[in-house]
Amino acid sequence: MKRLNNRVFLSIIIIVLFLLPFLKVSEYVVILMNEIIVWGLFALAFNLLFGVTGMLSFGQALFYGFGAYVTGLLVAHFGASWFIPSILIGMVAVIVIGFLLGLITIRLSGVYFTMLTLAFAQLGWEIVFKWYSFTGGDDGIQGIYPPDFLGTPKAYYYFSLVLVLVSVWIIKKFVESPYGLTLKCLRQNAIRVSFLGRKVRNYQLGVYVVSGIFSSLAGSLMAGINGSIHPGMLNWTTSGEVILMSVLGGIGQFFGPFLGAGVIVLIEDIIGAYTEYWSFIIGIIMLLIVLLFPKGVLGEFSKLRRRLKI
Amino acid sequence: MEKILELKGVSKSFDGFLVIDDVSFSVAEGELSAIIGPNGAGKSTLFNLITGYYEFDKGEIVYAGESIEGKGTERIVQEGVGRSFQVSSIFQEETVLDNIRIACLARKNQTRNFARPVEKFGNATEESYRILESLGLKDQAGRYAYELAHGDQKLLDIGIALALEPRLLLLDEPTAGMSPEERIQTTHLIQKLWEEYNLTLIFIEHDMDLVFEIAQWIRVLHQGTLLAEGKPEEIRKNADVIGAYLGEDDVWETY
Repeated sequence: MKRLNNRVFLSIIIIVLFLLPFLKVSEYVVILMNEIIVWGLFALAFNLLFGVTGMLSFGQALFYGFGAYVTGLLVAHFGASWFIPSILIGMVAVIVIGFLLGLITIRLSGVYFTMLTLAFAQLGWEIVFKWYSFTGGDDGIQGIYPPDFLGTPKAYYYFSLVLVLVSVWIIKKFVESPYGLTLKCLRQNAIRVSFLGRKVRNYQLGVYVVSGIFSSLAGSLMAGINGSIHPGMLNWTTSGEVILMSVLGGIGQFFGPFLGAGVIVLIEDIIGAYTEYWSFIIGIIMLLIVLLFPKGVLGEFSKLRRRLKI
Repeated sequence: MEKILELKGVSKSFDGFLVIDDVSFSVAEGELSAIIGPNGAGKSTLFNLITGYYEFDKGEIVYAGESIEGKGTERIVQEGVGRSFQVSSIFQEETVLDNIRIACLARKNQTRNFARPVEKFGNATEESYRILESLGLKDQAGRYAYELAHGDQKLLDIGIALALEPRLLLLDEPTAGMSPEERIQTTHLIQKLWEEYNLTLIFIEHDMDLVFEIAQWIRVLHQGTLLAEGKPEEIRKNADVIGAYLGEDDVWETY
């Protein structure tokens, strides 16, 4: 019954997401929704590491920013026809980069892993920031337009929505697979996983790469929404934001981070229209969530549901 | 009978403190044996050495005809050594079923599969239910591991090891923290599992009555050395052992 409820609920959300542009909403709302789903994907990819496997990366902005810059640079230099291939190129390149970086970062655990991921991401940010002739430095890159058939916010929204939904589906299957179960088990009891004859590090490396691939996809998609990219996408604040989203939504729930992404993007947008101190509001909300609802919005909701047996 | 495990002059020290001191013994395939000894005798350390979790300083450990040196825990486990832990080592936030199922999947080398949901692995699921049944945990398959009573968590820990279909199963104080009735039940269960799964089984236990009841062979560990070994009736009569422990009830009752 519970499973059925979940399915119905998910179907409704997907239908609403598809119909949204047909409702009488402005282009602005479509773009905002586009940002929400892309941030949602990024948060889900991050949570594969944190919520599922228990590895707190403070450097996922590296892969997100990498995807954005691969798309940005290719389109800026070779034209809009490179937009779609660039998304794929970024993801494939991240397999290599994530694997090599992962070999180093997963050697450490706990807070040392966190610090090392942060250090690598800041290194990436520094390179992008300082290499003016290639990356445009702090000016970033403007005029990153997708090909003509994706030229309207509506068309681009559908393009992103399909890619995001397919990715979410893949990530969900991944989490529910034996590989995913192994990841969850090693979060809870890594020693026992060794005593199942499995090499913990191989699985940590695997999920580190997978998380990077989808982070890169999110970065590429974001470049197309804004038509511009900037070094801040690689900065630690971006990594921090995705942590906030996940914790707010609930790291123990599959869709928690996605929901958290929606809430934070909306707060930034709505409250940001009234005051530039919106981050103050987010701070207060985070404080309340962490103190009162440590399992996050969706986590507390599902706890409530279990108690009410619906 | 063929030797499945052999320790030859094994020593291990931590920070200069000798925890295992020149221990030698061999275990015949199919044997049900116990290791006894007071706290700090090095019993758990011995298990950690046999499973490659600690490296030994001196000596040699041979399992199934091959030295385990440098193999690492994962490979030793793959080659058929399973263990349970003194403090239940389970996956608290997973269901009872998944705790066993992950072990079945690990044995079948299917944990790398990332495309098919765990539920679709029919063989692993059936086998898991069978193991849960022989442990008497089948009714609790859908509960989360943290919801189980302490004794059932200990059984689940054994079940995870059992699901690996080990040739050699090491149980570290399987009855620790259980009520007297549970201890008796669990001891009989261990004997039943040993028969049912054709295991070579070594367990660590404090309750002398239970040890004498089921073990075919007993090894007494004292301050890191093997003080005595033999059949239960021999150990009972062994003056050294009696002098050292068996008379001193309080030594055994402290935990």
